[in-house]
Amino acid sequence: MSKLKYESPIIKQINAGITSKFGELSTHKPTTHIANVPVKSLIEKYGSPLFVINEQTIRNTYQEAYHAFSTRYPNVQFAWSYKTNYINAVCKVFHSEGAWAEVVSGFEYKKALDNGVPGDKIIFNGPDKSDEDLKLAVENGSPIHIDHFDELYSLITITDQLDKRAKVAIRVNMDTGIKPLWDRFGFNYENGQSWEAIKKIIFSKNLDLIGLHTHIGTFILDPNAYYIAATKLADLAINIKNKFKHDIQYIDMGGGFASKNTLKGSYLSGTDLAPSFSDYADNITHALLNAGFSSEDLPLLILETGRALIDDAGSLLGTVLANKRLSDGRRSMIMDFGVNILFTSFWYNHLISPAQECSLYTEETVMYGPLCMNIDVIRESISLPPLNKGDHVVVHRIGAYNMTQWMQFITLRPKVVMIDTDGKTHVIRESENNEYISKLEITPKYLEHIDL
Amino acid sequence: MKLKKNIAISESGFVFNPEIGTSFTTNSLGVAILKQLKTKTSTEEITSSIIKSYDVDSITCEKDLEDFIRILEQFNLIED
Ligand SMILES: Cc1ncc(COP(=O)(O)O)c(C=O)c1O
Repeated sequence: MSKLKYESPIIKQINAGITSKFGELSTHKPTTHIANVPVKSLIEKYGSPLFVINEQTIRNTYQEAYHAFSTRYPNVQFAWSYKTNYINAVCKVFHSEGAWAEVVSGFEYKKALDNGVPGDKIIFNGPDKSDEDLKLAVENGSPIHIDHFDELYSLITITDQLDKRAKVAIRVNMDTGIKPLWDRFGFNYENGQSWEAIKKIIFSKNLDLIGLHTHIGTFILDPNAYYIAATKLADLAINIKNKFKHDIQYIDMGGGFASKNTLKGSYLSGTDLAPSFSDYADNITHALLNAGFSSEDLPLLILETGRALIDDAGSLLGTVLANKRLSDGRRSMIMDFGVNILFTSFWYNHLISPAQECSLYTEETVMYGPLCMNIDVIRESISLPPLNKGDHVVVHRIGAYNMTQWMQFITLRPKVVMIDTDGKTHVIRESENNEYISKLEITPKYLEHIDL
Repeated sequence: MKLKKNIAISESGFVFNPEIGTSFTTNSLGVAILKQLKTKTSTEEITSSIIKSYDVDSITCEKDLEDFIRILEQFNLIED
């Protein structure tokens, strides 16, 4: 006689009157496959934990976003925000779809060049550009988005020294009703600082003002904020045309669209809350189309969308290391991945599913990572069926900011694989090992031999 | 160790303690264990009966059973 499938016994109290949170119901539906590849076989082949990128999802999401804008506006260009996920294979999928690169450091800038992006299609943002970085960007004809007056003056000096012209835009910060106001980046609109910067550039010898840029924040749930932002940038562009007879070639609305993740503290699930690409596109394109540009003067619309384009395409596979009761009776579970590689667990209540068939009985569980650190909590409370040591889980929507903000702390960073559009898997980043980490260290000679 | 008197268990996993009016839900193995606990039984006996019918090793089974019993104690469902 064959034996029954075992599942740990669980019991939980029914609390009349307290309904479970929205969106929790789906959490225990198992995810046994990613892009038709069994999770079990991925872990057998590549180890656990494992980051998995689904190329088809990147392409579908990109095309959906592009379609939302290009059907509402004549001239649209996406620039892939490198910091969101700069694994080369991921960047190249975006570039192959037509996205330019958007970078915020010399490191990212060189990565984009190495990925084959032509200099004039690398947008250089951010407050940290060294003189060397600026020179390189000027030589390559990249659009440089000036963040502060010190950078503006540096660039004037550099272009004079090189006797070369630079293509520049300014980053503008403004009140769009979104709190907090990100006024530490760029020049303020309301107090006239941005207009001062614009005048300086227009009257400079070697700087060509080609664009206006803003990035109003991240995970913006109110699409109307983009209407306000686009209206203000369009207003600046039209004033520049009227006062200086100078055409602005593009308006860059930055990133900030929400992904479908659920923010901590949010009662509604992200899938119910996140506006669609069409909602954002409606607001931005209405503002630009109604701003008073003549049809031949309509600027190119650039978008630097990050998380909303990649979150869904990334999953983290992991394994249960142990189950444990806490002193107050709550179940807790220790996983083989922690906040060191899943940075976004500080922001999101990630959707996490068992990777094998399970029953519908669930228990509130605290999910910890493996670090010997109190902060290492993946979910403070998640309703999950009992999982045994060695069982697998899938953390969904982790494509953005994890494979860049992860840190090598206590454990090593694992492999990243991509499942291509034919269902074939490719390692796109190797796991780290002790040798790789030690390579950068230099032990002084006198400390080489330790006698214990 | 024994389940308290009057505790009602349905096959579907609904558990009711009429004494204080609390109710619980449990999975199928939970039902099987609660039923065995109706007649005074030792954890060893329960473990061996589970291992006979379920696909599980003795360490996992013992660990889970001890954990389950501790929760039953917390919920005031068993007596010594
Ligand atoms: C200048 C700039 N553009 C684009 C992005 C991408 O933002 P998001 O991931 O919110 O779309 C960022 C992120 O911080 C940014 O600073």
